[in-house]
Amino acid sequence: MKLKPEDLASLRERSAPTARVRGGTAAGEGEFHLLTCAGTGCVSNHSLKLLTTLREEVAQQGLGDRVRVVPTGCNGFCANGPIVVVKPDDTFYQFLKPEDVPELVAEHLRSGKPVQRLMYSPADGEPVIPRMHDIPFFGKQKLIALSNRGLINPEDIEEYIAVGGYQALAKALTALEPGDIISTVKDSGLRGRGGAGFPTGRKWELARAVPGDEKYIICNGDEGDPGAFMDRSIVESDPHCVLEGMAIGARAIGASQGFIYIRAEYPLALERLMRAIEQAREYGLLGEDILGTGFDFDITISKGAGAFVCGEETSLIGSLEGLLPEPRVRPPYPAQSGYQGKPTNINNVETWANVPHIINRGAAWYAGIGTATSKGTKVFSLVGKIKNTGLVEVPMGISLREIVFDIGGGIPDGKKFKAVQTGGPSGGCLPESLLDLPVDYESLSKAGSIMGSGGMIVMDEETCMVEVARYFLSFTQEESCGKCPPCREGTWHMMKILEGITQGKGQEGDIELLEKLAVLVKDTALCGLGNTAPNPVLTTIHHFRNEYEAHIRDKRCPSGVCKALIRYLILEDKCTGCMACAKNCPVACIAGERKQLHVIDQAACIKCGMCKSVCKFDAVRIQ
Amino acid sequence: MEPKLQTIVERYKAGQSTLVGVLQEITQGYGYLPQEVLHETSRATEVPVSLFYSLATFYKSFRLQPIGKKHVCVCVGTACHVRGAPKVVDVLERELAVKAGDTTPDGNFTLETVNCIGACAMGPLVTVNGEYHGNMDQKKTSKLLAEVKDSL
Repeated sequence: MKLKPEDLASLRERSAPTARVRGGTAAGEGEFHLLTCAGTGCVSNHSLKLLTTLREEVAQQGLGDRVRVVPTGCNGFCANGPIVVVKPDDTFYQFLKPEDVPELVAEHLRSGKPVQRLMYSPADGEPVIPRMHDIPFFGKQKLIALSNRGLINPEDIEEYIAVGGYQALAKALTALEPGDIISTVKDSGLRGRGGAGFPTGRKWELARAVPGDEKYIICNGDEGDPGAFMDRSIVESDPHCVLEGMAIGARAIGASQGFIYIRAEYPLALERLMRAIEQAREYGLLGEDILGTGFDFDITISKGAGAFVCGEETSLIGSLEGLLPEPRVRPPYPAQSGYQGKPTNINNVETWANVPHIINRGAAWYAGIGTATSKGTKVFSLVGKIKNTGLVEVPMGISLREIVFDIGGGIPDGKKFKAVQTGGPSGGCLPESLLDLPVDYESLSKAGSIMGSGGMIVMDEETCMVEVARYFLSFTQEESCGKCPPCREGTWHMMKILEGITQGKGQEGDIELLEKLAVLVKDTALCGLGNTAPNPVLTTIHHFRNEYEAHIRDKRCPSGVCKALIRYLILEDKCTGCMACAKNCPVACIAGERKQLHVIDQAACIKCGMCKSVCKFDAVRIQ
Repeated sequence: MEPKLQTIVERYKAGQSTLVGVLQEITQGYGYLPQEVLHETSRATEVPVSLFYSLATFYKSFRLQPIGKKHVCVCVGTACHVRGAPKVVDVLERELAVKAGDTTPDGNFTLETVNCIGACAMGPLVTVNGEYHGNMDQKKTSKLLAEVKDSL
């Protein structure tokens, strides 16, 4: 079925009842949709089993005609998965197990009595919050790129169309000239969400201006930043919005072929994307003569082979061409000479996902959100030592404190906040004193970090900042492509110095040497990977210099992490002689009789931490 | 030449795939990149074998050795790292007596690390032949490994 613009409208009209249930306006009419999270996080928590059980139970209780079980992409609140949201009433159920299903179906759907024990409560003993939108985690978020997350079945194009999908493409093809599209995107203030923040409309304009019939557009889905999963979630929950954004971009710059480069580590995202492309072709929304307008555009998926440097745009082009992904000197920029030497425009997944919304709702609407220089919203993966781990989309300009404490719920287990890391291996660690910093490109950059693609890792008092710097450097060192010496050699030497410090071999002058090397690598490396690799080191030295000094001068790791600088001790007043530590010690270096104090043989101890993790009486301390 | 390799080579010659694509397809067909297959492909495509090796050793997803019966993979992304992934790696390295990246001599286990599989809420995370095990610590890892060993 190849759609025409009018078919798209009538298809949407036909799906209006679905949209009403999802939008919450069909309350009290007896029809329910059970939106069951089937993103990677919940799937790893066995949500597919839950999905089958729900379907069976609904059928068995004879509710098949008025209850639909819908698998969706990532809901965002991964910490509390598996999650089911009941529409139209917006009831949020968490930590669901298949054995909860009969009660949920009978009580909520048959008797109209929502099941309180399966709902969210902010803390033990506090009253539950039944509606998803009343939960603080969701309350401060503003969804644009993720507006369909957890709301539609990503594997069904008609659900996307039901909530307004492909309207923006129809508008771009029938009512707008390429120049109009570009000026809308320019006026919206949208900037690249991959990290560097280059104005998207400007980028398109450059690619459009270059003469040539053959141009390409690329979607960068090589989300290599460890601890970040924004793009994966967007693709898993709403793949069509990425395709639609790309088609609009293709129309704007005059391309007829696009590529999506996606990480091989994301099998589910890859599968959903493949299915979405097939469906879009079937409906005449990709391929030849899209919507009967004579516009041709198709998309090919390219699976990444595992290299962080491929996130850099010229490397990614090399990888797409099947070669070594070594960055190329710019200029020429991809807009002039990209894939196969042709003008090429690259944006990342989140950037593309914003485009249909901007075309639909207009530049002024988008530009009305955010700060003077950073417009719209940003998606972050809020992870690490944080209560509400998950995926959040917030308006630009929100403070880090609001994200970490209001949305994220703060640090678990009563521990103290130490730092928040943004921008992954290219970013920096920001301390408590900077928590009121507004999240925008300029503020983060001024503080020595970067916006990055959206990884936000929270660290508590038990995270050693020197070790974190070593971790990031070992990552960038391993992922350095080796083409330019500053990055190849510089990161290696920095890593070696950091290793030395964490092993208690640090010397006076190490900090200064690290700073000197960091500046050198930043200034002279060929591409973004090297230019930003020293950021984690520089920011941790700047904000946590005392931790470096403790390692170097006192041979002490204040956070109790660096193995060479710590000892495990059993506390006399707490040990009950339960023998758990002795039984579990892999090197049998703990001695003690039942109900007697146990003692660790320090010479034989390998500092694996097993004793601490198995002790139920908190009797093992790190010194 | 095996028919499956023939197809891969022909797709490349017809411009339907790239060199990285060829290596991905060989990996899909053989489970890894066997030396003789790489040499055969090099002759058939007239691409120097050195170029294949250069790509195969650059990208993380290619392997030159066959994988063990159980593929144990520890996520060492930042979120898992700050939650204790290094301790999980230590347990597995110690109990399997191999370093991450290696396969046990009996071919039963391949231990690897991965820089984030994006299920950060469940970190530290271990996958065994693609199946996820979340919120791991030393004890749970040790128990999981014992179960996997029993299942062999």
